[in-house]
Amino acid sequence: MTTSLAQGVNALVDVIDRPIAAFFNSCVHCGFCAEACLFYTETGDPRYTPIYKVEPLRKVWKQHFTVWGKFLHALGLSKPLTIEELREWEPLVYDACTLCGRCSAVCPLGNDVTYMIRKLREGMVAAGVAPEGLKGAAYRSLTIGSPMKITLQTLKATMRDAEQQTGLTIPLDKEGAELMLILSSNEIGLYPEILPAIARIFDKAGVSWTLCSTAFEATNAGIQIGSSDVARTLVQRIVDGAEKLKVKTVISPECGHAYTALRWDGPNLIGRPFPFKVLHITEFLDQLRAAGKLKTSGHESERMTYHDPCQIARRGGVVDAPRNLIDMIADNYVEMEETGIANWCCGGGGGVSSIERADPLRRKVFSKKKSQLDAIKVTTVVTACANCRHMIEEGIEDNKMNVKVVSLTEMLAQHV
Amino acid sequence: MNDADFLLWVRGPGMIIAVAVFVFGVLVRFLEMWLLGKNVDLAEPKGAAFGAGVRTMFTRSAPCGEEMCDGGFVLFSSWAFHIAFVLIFLFLAPHILFLKSILGFGWPALPKALMTILAIIGIISMVALLVHRFFHAVRNFLGKTVDYVAWTATFLPLLTGYLAAHSPLFGYSMSLALHILSFEIFIVLIPFTKLMHMFTVWVARYINGAAFGRKGVAV
Repeated sequence: MTTSLAQGVNALVDVIDRPIAAFFNSCVHCGFCAEACLFYTETGDPRYTPIYKVEPLRKVWKQHFTVWGKFLHALGLSKPLTIEELREWEPLVYDACTLCGRCSAVCPLGNDVTYMIRKLREGMVAAGVAPEGLKGAAYRSLTIGSPMKITLQTLKATMRDAEQQTGLTIPLDKEGAELMLILSSNEIGLYPEILPAIARIFDKAGVSWTLCSTAFEATNAGIQIGSSDVARTLVQRIVDGAEKLKVKTVISPECGHAYTALRWDGPNLIGRPFPFKVLHITEFLDQLRAAGKLKTSGHESERMTYHDPCQIARRGGVVDAPRNLIDMIADNYVEMEETGIANWCCGGGGGVSSIERADPLRRKVFSKKKSQLDAIKVTTVVTACANCRHMIEEGIEDNKMNVKVVSLTEMLAQHV
Repeated sequence: MNDADFLLWVRGPGMIIAVAVFVFGVLVRFLEMWLLGKNVDLAEPKGAAFGAGVRTMFTRSAPCGEEMCDGGFVLFSSWAFHIAFVLIFLFLAPHILFLKSILGFGWPALPKALMTILAIIGIISMVALLVHRFFHAVRNFLGKTVDYVAWTATFLPLLTGYLAAHSPLFGYSMSLALHILSFEIFIVLIPFTKLMHMFTVWVARYINGAAFGRKGVAV
């Protein structure tokens, strides 16, 4: 066994737990998970069946944690996992899974396949078998502080622009503020208009908030590549920043995996509950709405829909809040057929958008979102994840669709 | 060994061996799963995990609500043979007598005509599922030898039971003995195959539902 393989297998042995054993024990190969996965539905390739993607994990579980598997292994009737197998599975585990959780919500046996893929990625990355794009993103996150090389200087430039646009002061390192806002790389680098939008809304609502110079990056490449060590370091930076500034709440931005990383994985990664709350920006804005602090004027007349980011809705439980907000300003809103927790992924979550090799596949499976949008004939798609926004924009461009994609927060800011 | 001796063997030592392997095997499989443990989730919950977990134990029998997938034929056929198998096992008069000899108490049987209909439904739906698996891209691709072993082990008690009751090809004693033997093979194979899902599915569904439920998501 090579060193990298041994490290991979050891990592898998470490992450295998009761849920994974229950899931493998229960799977009857019914194939329902395939119908829930857009990589299968849009390609027809059975290798993209979610439960098939975790085959290397099943092999390790069986050989290491079942009496029968150990017996067969001792007799030479089952072969151990090889590094070649991990390499063969790499495109299935990374390029063809956005960790969207649809398979987990469908499996008749109750298997949380997404949980298993997330765990399998721990072994893959420990064995050194992970896409270069994600390795680079994780490395830059650790060394520079951001997967897209966003530095404090970049943030400060964005803050200056926002201050010029709004005439407001963007607070940085304001100790004792109620909220600390974090932003994803995409929002600073690709969609810098989000910061002035948030500043306007917070100003109108009288919110006490701040950015943090040591904890402004929300993107967690560790979650995407499947390295708890990397993920833990990145979460710890935010926790340290929030504790230093003594804020009561950290606002996770319009980014799906940032929310999952901090809200649901964060406390488990650092091994203790947070002394502050974590809210997605739409959850917080909805709280302002409910408290009567978010007043809007005017309406959007365009026919629009809302794309649920998987990590916010199905994997995060934030379904009503964005709709409550859209309802304040939209006159012609329509839902996609599969929506809320049943939504279809944009195709670029879970790190897929960072894998150059996966681009053709990602663009192909956008056909699912295209057919959803075509069916309801909208001209605007609202979403609350900058990565979804980017992926849908690309898909729209590829398919020459007459649809625009807007950020929910930005759209709301135009009406406060 | 003649037919009568064979029947006596499967009813006596054969059954004891089968039940022992079944009980010990299931216990081992359950322990090796349970002892792996599970980390306590430190994230502040948004919803109640327990209620959601219990709910999912039952609701996931119909997984394609919320426009998530097209259950169709496979779901319907799977329900059919599971329900037929369980009802026949629990409510056929001779089965109740057998279970009474072990448990010490019995319960009313369902009419034999209903049992016959259920057996036919079970046999047809299982054959249909097998044929479907051969021709379905994903299910054929996923299918392994153990899946077909599990199918055979489930199918044989239904088939031999029906034959023993309605047209004993090898004489009544031998037909009955073959039926009992097929049942013994079935329970012996449970700990070694995916038939184990009859126990672990409740754990898996609970874990799944509780995980979603903590996040305030009902699936």
